[in-house]
Amino acid sequence: MIAALIFLAIVVAIAGWWLSRQRLFSKPWLETGNAGLAPGTEAINQPASKVGLGVFLAVVGALFALFFSAYFMRMEFPDWRTLAMPRIVWFNTGALVLSSIALQMAVVAARRGRLQALRQDLLAGAAAAVIFLVGQVLAWRALAELGYFATSNPAYSFFVLITGVHGLHMIGGLIALARTAVQSAGGEVTERLRTGTELCATYWHFMLLVWVIIVALLAGWLNEFADICRQLLV
Amino acid sequence: MADATPQAVDNIPPAEVPEVELYHPKSWWTKYVFSQDAKVIAIQYSGTAIAIGLVALVLSWLIRLQLGFPGTFDFITPEAYYQFITMHGMIMVVYLLTALFLGGFGNYLIPLMVGARDMVFPYVNMLSFWVYLLAVLVLVASFFAPGGPTGAGWTLYPPQAITSGTPGGQQAGILLMLASLMLFIVGFTMGGLNYVVTVLQARTRGMTLMRMPLTVWGIFTATVMALLAFPALFVACVMMLFDRLLGTSFFMPALVEFGEQLEYGGGSPILFQHLFWFFGHPEVYIVALPAFGIVSDLISTHARKNIFGYRMMVWAIVGIGALSFIVWAHHMYVSGMDPYFGFFFATTTLIIAVPTAIKVYNWVLTLWRGDIHLSLPMLFAIGFIVTFVNGGLTGLFLGNVVVDVPLSDTMFVVAHFHMVMGVAPIMVIFGAIYHWYPKMTGRMLNEAMGQFHFWVTFVGAYAIFFPMHYVGLVGVPRRYHELGDATFVTDSLHSLNAFISVAALIVGFAQVVFMFNLFWSLRYGKESGGNPWRATTLEWQTPETPPIHGNFGKDLPIVYRWAYDYSVPDAPDDYLAQNDPWPQKAPASEAAS
Repeated sequence: MIAALIFLAIVVAIAGWWLSRQRLFSKPWLETGNAGLAPGTEAINQPASKVGLGVFLAVVGALFALFFSAYFMRMEFPDWRTLAMPRIVWFNTGALVLSSIALQMAVVAARRGRLQALRQDLLAGAAAAVIFLVGQVLAWRALAELGYFATSNPAYSFFVLITGVHGLHMIGGLIALARTAVQSAGGEVTERLRTGTELCATYWHFMLLVWVIIVALLAGWLNEFADICRQLLV
Repeated sequence: MADATPQAVDNIPPAEVPEVELYHPKSWWTKYVFSQDAKVIAIQYSGTAIAIGLVALVLSWLIRLQLGFPGTFDFITPEAYYQFITMHGMIMVVYLLTALFLGGFGNYLIPLMVGARDMVFPYVNMLSFWVYLLAVLVLVASFFAPGGPTGAGWTLYPPQAITSGTPGGQQAGILLMLASLMLFIVGFTMGGLNYVVTVLQARTRGMTLMRMPLTVWGIFTATVMALLAFPALFVACVMMLFDRLLGTSFFMPALVEFGEQLEYGGGSPILFQHLFWFFGHPEVYIVALPAFGIVSDLISTHARKNIFGYRMMVWAIVGIGALSFIVWAHHMYVSGMDPYFGFFFATTTLIIAVPTAIKVYNWVLTLWRGDIHLSLPMLFAIGFIVTFVNGGLTGLFLGNVVVDVPLSDTMFVVAHFHMVMGVAPIMVIFGAIYHWYPKMTGRMLNEAMGQFHFWVTFVGAYAIFFPMHYVGLVGVPRRYHELGDATFVTDSLHSLNAFISVAALIVGFAQVVFMFNLFWSLRYGKESGGNPWRATTLEWQTPETPPIHGNFGKDLPIVYRWAYDYSVPDAPDDYLAQNDPWPQKAPASEAAS
């Protein structure tokens, strides 16, 4: 469970930092607000949708951290063989990076109010993400043709499972991106459109980060890390 | 009186919300069925949870009939018995307690208590309920599936959960169970995002975190925990579905079943236990923290006294929330773990008793020399303290590895967790319903029926679970369909089991009276007015009772004080509402509204 605990430690650190700024040592029984002033609530100075996305990403992060934990724990059993990554995965990674870059450019375009560029960037980002998903399907087929079946190698099972869950999250993101793209068909860059673009870009960057960790994990680059953790635990 | 309010005016919700921002129902359907109003969603959540909870209640009767009078009821076969205990446990823990505390009370109380018009994402909130309802329907469907529901035990341990010897293991039962749990988690995540972000972003002016009622603190912290813990159950469910449907070996070791080697090999059942309890232990506190919060408010209001040690209560809630993520393996002492590992988890388990004990002391010290009104909510709150302390003390037994090993998988464990996370939170739920029913309906619940309900439930719960500890100490294992002729099972033990069963039937009957009261008082209950308990928190200060959509009329309330100003010296009344500017005068705009 080391990956999950590391993730939780990060969440606890962020929550603790935030709580430490919330006057948890104040004595509310001595306070009475002055009627002339509107006392602040010390809420985060961001729209609710952005805070909501942040909380949601924490949940998604927990989900993947737990998959990673399960992966590490299953690795310790003798029938484990590290997977030979199909080449197309590297191509897919490139597509996902391009998709993230396009959405970041869309954010810049939205902030500068350039509608035409925004539309192009959103479409480019969506297209690259679709290419990524198609590439993933090809990767699954490539592995299946190599003779890997669900029952033969747990690493292959994990590959299907984790990249599948990641793919589902990308499809969900594409739906949100489509909604934003539809809004961009209007005549101007509205506040809502700008926020929507920023939300999509944040989500994309996060999914890219998750993807990089997934690739590192499945390619076996984190095996040494897992060994170190295991020694720490025993 | 020190004026220590912060001067910063950052991201304060405007006092007046433009009409367009509020969702307005257009028809009967969108007002009462597909509603986006958190209060309607709360009642939908609660109704569904209580309805499925009644199914679990009936299942517990059937379990007790078999245990108390073995061999009398032919239709309770061993398979059926396993199905009953599985569904009873799963429904009570997930579909009743979690859904009712977070989906029910969370939805109703968070926006009202923090002074918001509604949840921040009302549409997602509505979806949350419908996905939850779907999860419940899938669960109910498993009763009618070929082979019936799963009988794997509520922990669904592999490999037995998906092998053919277990009811539903190779049929639809386990599939529907896993699908239902995954739906529940998806639905809960939608709701949970709402509860957290509403508390973070939609508090009214003056409602700093440290002025929030403890109810909101409890529900908020529990929701954060649930958002982080439920993914573990989700991961476990997906992986088990893969094992069952696609033949992977995440959890399944090499197995021989009825003389045949199964296709599986190399998987780890312990991996499932880690994932399950990584969810399962926080789950205990996901249920307990809202109860802690609510009971603090009930005790303070009905003892007319400020809560003792408010800051410590908040810290304890947050501390318990964080600690509960590093105690999960105390459910796995007998799984063959490294003794040092067990030592670590025994230590964290005992440490978590410290903030919990602080809370108990603070409740008792709040009662100390308070003006205690023995109203129904107060009776249930006191009932909670007693049962919770009782269950907590046996928790100390089970938290220690050496004591746990002989007691593991006996009825002692069953008695312990029913006392601490069954009876105790249910006591709070009842107290909370008696407390907030007037706000939801404008009428009081009938007092006589309520007194009957409390005394039968409280005394009855002890009659059930106190002897059960003894049954476990003698060595009676849990999950056994029949005890047979073991030498340690004496005649007196059999009659004790029969006694427990009769008590369970009577307690169940008292809940029927409670259900009747809920409907009867809707029509014939005494009119309550807006604030029958003379309470300080914002939900009691709404212009209408029950509150209409938008909650607070034209202007949102401004909060001037914390939630516990009871019996303040020199104050005109024995309570000061959170939006009461005394000793200053209200600003003109406030006075006008």
